[in-house]
Amino acid sequence: MSDSPAQTAGSWEPRIIAFFCNWCTYTAADLAGVSRMKYPHNARVIRVMCSGRIDPQFILEALAKGADGVLIGGCHPNDCHYAEGNYKMLRRFRLLRRVLDGMGIAPDRVRLEWISAAEGDKVKTVMTEMVEKLRALGPLGAPDKFRDWDREMEEFEHAIQARQGQEVTHAH
Amino acid sequence: MPTRPKIGIYWCASCGGCEETVVDLAEDILGVVEKVDIVFWPVAMDFKKKDVEALPDLSLLATLLNGAVRSSEQEEMVRMLRRKSKYMIAFGSCAHTGGIPGLANQFSREHILRYVYEETPTTINNEKTRPQLRFAEADREVDLPEFRHVVRSLDQVVDVDYYIPGCPPTPNITRSALTALLDGRLPPKGTVLAPDIALCDECPRKATKPADLAFAEFNRPHQKLLDPSLCFLAQGIICMGPSTRSGCDAQCTKGNMPCTGCFGGTTRVKDQGAKMLSSLCANLVPKEEEAIDQVLDGLPDPIGTLYRYGLAKSLLRRRMDLPMETLPPAG
Repeated sequence: MSDSPAQTAGSWEPRIIAFFCNWCTYTAADLAGVSRMKYPHNARVIRVMCSGRIDPQFILEALAKGADGVLIGGCHPNDCHYAEGNYKMLRRFRLLRRVLDGMGIAPDRVRLEWISAAEGDKVKTVMTEMVEKLRALGPLGAPDKFRDWDREMEEFEHAIQARQGQEVTHAH
Repeated sequence: MPTRPKIGIYWCASCGGCEETVVDLAEDILGVVEKVDIVFWPVAMDFKKKDVEALPDLSLLATLLNGAVRSSEQEEMVRMLRRKSKYMIAFGSCAHTGGIPGLANQFSREHILRYVYEETPTTINNEKTRPQLRFAEADREVDLPEFRHVVRSLDQVVDVDYYIPGCPPTPNITRSALTALLDGRLPPKGTVLAPDIALCDECPRKATKPADLAFAEFNRPHQKLLDPSLCFLAQGIICMGPSTRSGCDAQCTKGNMPCTGCFGGTTRVKDQGAKMLSSLCANLVPKEEEAIDQVLDGLPDPIGTLYRYGLAKSLLRRRMDLPMETLPPAG
């Protein structure tokens, strides 16, 4: 995600990974585009066939690799092209929120919305709201945190290497 | 007489169960001992750190290392053993994925030290004394290892060649891994030395796993009389089998207890907890938020259940909002 808005400017911009279902939300995003609606461009949209295909691993991986938020769009209840997929997503989402909370990540960083193919304006509203929300929450910055955490081992490694260096010197 | 390959066995943040499992090889251990020279095994044999340090680099065929890595001393030891060993083998869940000690990644270092040294019900420590990194008295100076902020799996500290999973690894997979090592029949580097298929595959209850699982509620094992032959999931009991690697001979489910996931995921699983969450939740009965939440209340500790052995090695590794404070200067 090197071409992200976050890295092109000095000021931080929220990065969102959006998983949109092929039948409803992705079509709605298309409609928003065709209708020339304007909304913040902070999201990378990934089209999936159904919100039920969105493995919670995808969401955690997006966060771990530098996304500040994840937006999931699926069909309204009773409208899933595959009958049950959106319910599966809803249930996973409810438990995932608890896990995120336990891991010190504001659950609101992950948002689930039902957006039908006709609701281009809802894509715009949700996207705008989510960017505002993430701006208020600030960066998640997981990759930076991982680096920070592992810095506590560096000093020690240097010390060992220095000691080995001395031993080598003594040996000669 | 050709020299026998040298083996080291070492422990870091672990309970000792992995050491026990080596002994559990029973008479087979004699076969192993005949073929190798154990040059380092602090639990069982009187070799010192300096004995291993004196050996040339790469002079050990392998080190079997159990335990997660939490202190500066453990980091130093695993780095030293890595240098001395041709193969570094993560032995057991803690070295493999962080194990039970990895659950401490939900808490800050300060929280843990404060609780342990000041707040446990059996502690009286009015002066709030804490261990110091260095302590000088008269003409002596004593060092203590530093307690790190983060619990790490072995491969988050040094390069690891193979993994033997399990809490503890079962004798059968330990035996076959040692045999493969001694016979030089090793798979590609990085392999987990256990079958790459879910536990359900070898579970005797497999045939009773319903195709259409439906959880109206979750029960914990102590809340229900468990049917000894029916799939746990069909009984509303969380069994980590579907997202866990097999190879343990389904010892827990055969003993009428559900799988808790100690072998970690298969190669297709990136995050064991998320994968299990996915599978469990897909099969809940309710379709509305409130009713779903009610069923989920039956899972009071989702992280401790879904990531019991794998939090340190999970995608998120550690609670994200914990501070990285520095220890007070040595006094």
